[in-house]
Amino acid sequence: MNPAVRCQNVVKTYDTGGQKVTALNGINLDIAMGELMMLVGPSGCGKTTLISVIAGILDQDDGSCEVFGEDLLNMRSRDKLNFRARNIGFVFQAFNLLPSLNAAENVSVPLIINGMKRIEAERKAITILEHVGLGERWQSLPSQLSGGQQQRVAIARALVHSPRLIVCDEPTSALDHETGRNVMALLKDVALHKDRTLVIVTHDARIFDFADRIAEMDDGHIIKVKSTK
Amino acid sequence: MNHIALKMLMGDKGKYLGIVMGLTFASLIMTQQPAIFLGIMSRTYSFIADVGLPDIWVMDPKVQFVDDIKPLQDTELYRVRGISGVQWAMPMYKGLLKARLTDGRFQTCNVVGLDDATLIGGPPVMLEGKIDDLRRSDSVIVDIDGARDKLGKPSPTVGGKPTPLKIGDSLELNDRRAIVVGIAKVSRTFQSQPVVYTTYSRAKSYAPRERKLLSFVLVKAKKGQDLAELTRRIHETTGLAAYTQAEFKTLTFEYFIHNTGIPINFGTSVLLGFIVGAAIAGQTFYNFTLGNLLQFGVLKAMGTSNWTLLRMILLQAVLVGSIGYGLGVGLTAVFGFAMRHTILAFKFPWQLLLFSGAGVSLICVFAAIISILKVIRLEPAIVFKG
Repeated sequence: MNPAVRCQNVVKTYDTGGQKVTALNGINLDIAMGELMMLVGPSGCGKTTLISVIAGILDQDDGSCEVFGEDLLNMRSRDKLNFRARNIGFVFQAFNLLPSLNAAENVSVPLIINGMKRIEAERKAITILEHVGLGERWQSLPSQLSGGQQQRVAIARALVHSPRLIVCDEPTSALDHETGRNVMALLKDVALHKDRTLVIVTHDARIFDFADRIAEMDDGHIIKVKSTK
Repeated sequence: MNHIALKMLMGDKGKYLGIVMGLTFASLIMTQQPAIFLGIMSRTYSFIADVGLPDIWVMDPKVQFVDDIKPLQDTELYRVRGISGVQWAMPMYKGLLKARLTDGRFQTCNVVGLDDATLIGGPPVMLEGKIDDLRRSDSVIVDIDGARDKLGKPSPTVGGKPTPLKIGDSLELNDRRAIVVGIAKVSRTFQSQPVVYTTYSRAKSYAPRERKLLSFVLVKAKKGQDLAELTRRIHETTGLAAYTQAEFKTLTFEYFIHNTGIPINFGTSVLLGFIVGAAIAGQTFYNFTLGNLLQFGVLKAMGTSNWTLLRMILLQAVLVGSIGYGLGVGLTAVFGFAMRHTILAFKFPWQLLLFSGAGVSLICVFAAIISILKVIRLEPAIVFKG
């Protein structure tokens, strides 16, 4: 069976003021369908660059990265946008909710991007918000919600359009220990199933036990992939 | 996505109001200043507009505008009357004369002498008295603004308003008595001198002794007569300049445009309003986009195309532009309404709405373009940079 994500010899170099910095230096990584993979490592090791490449929002310089069998690098720009809109959900460290939209409106954004009518999208968004325990707060603005609640809204937003891949960047680092674990439990509970893959970049050792596998990165390389089972 | 764009725009009330106020200011300046300019410029030919009956004005060929009087001999009137296509031709005197008021002060007046028999060229609206009263001896009709202000009798109290001149009061024009028999409403002129109407023969007696005193010959064309053809014929026959009313207005208007600093002064105000408005609105709108760059990045990462983001920004620009334009134009209209009874010149034709609309649109397009460029160049990977 094909993996959900297959990275082969992925290289990405940044040009910072005339100086070349290699963020990814020949990454090889397979992530299976239904798997929760964590990318860990020190700051600047290339974790964020790798999930950006996997999510199709950054092009690698060399190598290939196939997501559900599609090579995003060689995809036309329009097709790549559509692919992202349909197949990928995002959860960010700083939540990145639109501050002027209420919770339901925020969650409905991916559906609207995919062409659903606003009313219908918001109705579906409220249903998803109920799944993450915020059914009563659908009218609240992000500023009226706690950090944990905002991250739950962000998770609902990542799930609402039923993507097959969810990429999370430090989803718990802005939260206290207990809230962070609750968010991870929720993520694993509602987001992960056999047809969906989660890739989580984290520093937070307190949540490592939620992973199926952990890939340790350093200096643009994956130095170790270990199973937690 | 339009709903999201509007919510993003109005979510930050401070910035939203800042953009709207910038555009309101620009729209206000770009409408109010030209309206005053047009008001002033329309006063340059208001006397021509007030004399509505004649089709053609005949004058010395060297005349450059309506107040540039170069008198003709009275015989020119008969020459014009003899030209085919002329139904009638009447004399008009127009000149600045000093009036001696009851308190001994002198005031320069615009004296208009009308044909004694027909009184053609008289004031457009009589407020008190009748124009036929000019047939009485020593009679004059004065305009209401002059009667209330410059020709008024001094106030009995220090610093008080002058007592308006009224029917039966007298003044002296060139040592000759003039009795007020009527008060008229006339359009304010560029020089804002009081206007005094009398008969042609009496005006000549008020005027200093000169060989030539005929200012204009007012001509009515026969029915069906082509005016362009008639003006050409009058010019060829008499050597005088002959203009239709519209041509004479244009001649006067263009003289003031080319020979005074008014267009430059007002043009500078309008340009400054445009630049300041563009700077305020453009900068605020750009800052608003910069402030929302991460949000645009999130939308881009989630699969929103540049085209959709461009439409969102354009919608935001169009909305703030429309509101700012509406408020600016509305404020200008309120200003004009509030000033309608004052000396301030104000003219607000529909073309001015188009002019300021185009100016505000230009500002919005400029503001949107610089914002759009930033968003189009935005790497969606920004979303993972915190």
